[in-house]
Amino acid sequence: MLQMNNVSKIYRTDTVETHALREFSLKVEEGEFVSVTGPSGSGKTTFLNIAGLLEDLSSGTYELDGRDISKLNDRERSKVRNEKIGFIFQSFNLIPELNIFDNVDVPLRYRGFKAPERRKRIEESLELVGLASRLEHMPAQLSGGQQQRVAIARALAGEPRFLLADEPTGNLDTNMADSVMDLLGEINSTGTTIIMVTHELTLATRANRNIFVRDGSVSDGPGDLQLAAVAG
Amino acid sequence: MFRYYLRLGILSIRANPALSALMVAAIGIGIGACMTIVTIQYIMSGNPIPEKSDQLFHVRVDSWDPAEPYDEPNEPPEQLTYLDATALHAAGRANRQVISFLSSRVVQPAGEDSKPFQTQSRATTADFFAMFNVPFAHGSGWDKSADDTQERVVVIGQALNEQLFGGENSVGELLTLSGEPYRIVGVLDEWSPVPLFYDLNNNEYNDPAALFLPFSVAVAGEHGSAGNTNCWKPIEDGGVEAFRNSECIWIQMWAELPGEAEKAAYLQFLDAYVEEQKLVGRFPRPLNNRLDNVEEWMDINEVVDEDVSVLLGLAILFLIVCLLNTVGLLLAKVMKRTKDISLRRALGASKATLFAQYIVEASMIGLAGGVLGIGLTWLGLRGIENLFSIFEFVQKLVVMDWVMVLAAVALAIVSALAAALYPTWRACSVTPAAQLRIQ
Ligand SMILES: Nc1ncnc2c1ncn2[C@@H]1O[C@H](COP(=O)(O)OP(=O)(O)OP(=O)(O)O)[C@@H](O)[C@H]1O
Ligand SMILES: [Mg+2]
Repeated sequence: MLQMNNVSKIYRTDTVETHALREFSLKVEEGEFVSVTGPSGSGKTTFLNIAGLLEDLSSGTYELDGRDISKLNDRERSKVRNEKIGFIFQSFNLIPELNIFDNVDVPLRYRGFKAPERRKRIEESLELVGLASRLEHMPAQLSGGQQQRVAIARALAGEPRFLLADEPTGNLDTNMADSVMDLLGEINSTGTTIIMVTHELTLATRANRNIFVRDGSVSDGPGDLQLAAVAG
Repeated sequence: MFRYYLRLGILSIRANPALSALMVAAIGIGIGACMTIVTIQYIMSGNPIPEKSDQLFHVRVDSWDPAEPYDEPNEPPEQLTYLDATALHAAGRANRQVISFLSSRVVQPAGEDSKPFQTQSRATTADFFAMFNVPFAHGSGWDKSADDTQERVVVIGQALNEQLFGGENSVGELLTLSGEPYRIVGVLDEWSPVPLFYDLNNNEYNDPAALFLPFSVAVAGEHGSAGNTNCWKPIEDGGVEAFRNSECIWIQMWAELPGEAEKAAYLQFLDAYVEEQKLVGRFPRPLNNRLDNVEEWMDINEVVDEDVSVLLGLAILFLIVCLLNTVGLLLAKVMKRTKDISLRRALGASKATLFAQYIVEASMIGLAGGVLGIGLTWLGLRGIENLFSIFEFVQKLVVMDWVMVLAAVALAIVSALAAALYPTWRACSVTPAAQLRIQ
């Protein structure tokens, strides 16, 4: 489903060049649950942003569902993001002026669904994360765990085939982190491909596969988790 | 989607009330200043007789001094001599022709206790009313025979009729003017063309004269001209008779010529007339006869004061400054929202979609600015009215018409959009990831 070959990403400022990714190659199959670990600054977020078409790559190739991403224009990329990809961020990123219902509504609006269809999807996905009774609440009125679940509902409402999560439990305590992980496991079991960046090895073990990123490159293999443990 | 954008726009305006208010104020003030000046210019230069302004021609023949032109570089005099006015009028070569001059009469009302008063009169010929589409409330103008037989008839304006007859139909009544009885044949309806295009030599923002009477009667009765009289050659001795035979100019002439062919023919006729006069020793200057239609004649007379154009330029500059301010404010607002933009991008909004969203928001601000601008324009015009209330003509300037109102709103929205384009484009061009990274 996702295939990156020798992807590099270089951030240039006036004085320095940062190689956030170098010769990064990875293949993820449909339905996998992949966790990504690695030291801080190793390029995990950069990889996720590129995978989610939030950022351009400097060199290399990236194919999603067999389509070469570099050949898509802005409108097509936005459509891919909107229809195929769901994002979960560490800091939730809800829109503070909108209530829960309207927050989940945002990607559906851009999808062009009619009102009844949107309502159905919003209610179903909030049901799934256990927040069906909080439609009218504003984000600030919810706990961190609840906010993250709203963000998950927002990511799921469009039924994406591909879920990208950047430290989804980073701002949550252990209990809430567990329930969010359970939720992700459930979502994966329905066939959604998930890539999750995390610092916590216990959480990483709940994925089918772990990849370890160091200095912008990936080392993919069975012994990685142990390697990560040593590095961590 | 549009309704969604409207909702987001309202949310965003409510989230930044001070910033939004500043933007509305900047646009409103700029538009207000601009529209005030534009309105004044628009009314000053408005076409007073749009239905036939291109068929009415002011007539000039160059009877002036051989030594120098009447006006630089080579303008013929703006009025005619008595000799030429009467000869050209009598020739009757245009569809309609009118000669006239401004004078004054003492009105002596019939009642015991009403005092006589002086008022402006216009001595003119029968075609005047039909030629300038003058509206009548009662009766009509006089016909050519009245001109020929020097009949003492008079057409009075609405205001005078109001004053003397309480607005009743006064046709048939006798009116004593400077000791002579005149029969009222017509009463005008409301009529005040701005500018007073048929007599730009006098104050172009005056009201029309209070009464109109036959040219021939005025000449026979020796009514003096209340307008300008200019002479380049000394008048010979011999009183009134000598003045009429002099080269002094004091009469305005207009001709109605429906098409190009008629205009060309009439110009030819004027040239032929002047050639003939040259034979008897008049018209010492080279041929230089002119026919100018209403708008050309207004241009030549610079009806729109140059100061107004300067003011307009300043007002436009002011608007630009206001818009630049708006650009700055919008930029600040958009920068505050880069996170929202990045997030919406991540959730699937294309640049074009976000652009549309912000444009709708900017239009709402523009609309609000436009409404404020109309309010300020109204205040501005009131202010001018108060400042210059001694000048009668100012009253005519301070009306805002619907074209102006719509133009103001349109201008405001276009301005807001123009101001919004750059910040919006900037905002939509950020890499979606840039802001989401910050945790
Ligand atoms: N916009 C940017 N401009 C310049 N350098 C950047 C930018 N974003 C990231 N980097 C650099 O790229 C490298 C990789 O960053 P990235 O955020 O991918 O690391 P990470 O693995 O996600 O780290 P963490 O675990 O702390 O989140 C870092 O050295 C970072 O400083
Ligand atoms: Mg990171």
